Amino acid sequence: MATVELRFSALPEHVRTARLVAAAVARRAGVDESVLDEVRLAVGEACSRAVGLHRLTGADGAVRVALIEEEKRFLIEVEDEAGGPRSGSDGGSGSAAGGDSDGDDELGLAVITGLVEDVEVGKGAEGALIRMSWPVSTASIGV
Amino acid sequence: MDLSLSTRTVGDRTVVEVGGEIDVYTAPKLREQLVELVNDGNYHLVVDMEGVDFLDSTGLGVLVGGLKRVRAHEGSLRLVCNQERILKIFRITGLTKVFPIHNSVDEAVAATD
Repeated sequence: MATVELRFSALPEHVRTARLVAAAVARRAGVDESVLDEVRLAVGEACSRAVGLHRLTGADGAVRVALIEEEKRFLIEVEDEAGGPRSGSDGGSGSAAGGDSDGDDELGLAVITGLVEDVEVGKGAEGALIRMSWPVSTASIGV
Repeated sequence: MDLSLSTRTVGDRTVVEVGGEIDVYTAPKLREQLVELVNDGNYHLVVDMEGVDFLDSTGLGVLVGGLKRVRAHEGSLRLVCNQERILKIFRITGLTKVFPIHNSVDEAVAATD
């Protein structure tokens, strides 16, 4: 089971909550302070993308964010239930912000892949699944 | 932290001061503001991002959309930003080549090309 798991209705107003929770759990897990901004942004991008996909397909359902503490890595999974899968080459005119065709989906993936060294965009049970991980400082003590 | 927006005119430029977080939830408000300004005939915009705490790709998309709109009227959209964590997002996406980014509002207002 994930250290912390979050499920929220695929609505834009909940993405900030996911960012804040992810950053808090990452900090506690020992992810370096200098990387926490990246964690926050990457999770935000993954969740925004998930919300955008739900909006695009009209699918109900939720976005799942799993925050997993391992010995040397901190893992984050963001999974949607939008019926995916969609990869980076999906044409991308779908806008995560709701139909202005500014190419946010492609930009979002560009930000994630630019920020995170270890990232994998694949297929989940009911949609797309983004897996990301960061190293954990061995000197950290989670309290 | 929500998004705060205020506009003022400096010479022939319209300065949009943005504060707070620009994300998938708040970006539509920024988009509305930019669309409204362009529809009202303000084609030379300076977006002051010094008060922005968070920016994601949705926000970038809105800025790109704003740039497209002013360019359709031979206008300009300049950004003011000194925050490394925000600038990093522009660099990652290659948008530093698309937007003129200035250190201060004065510099952006004085810039011609």
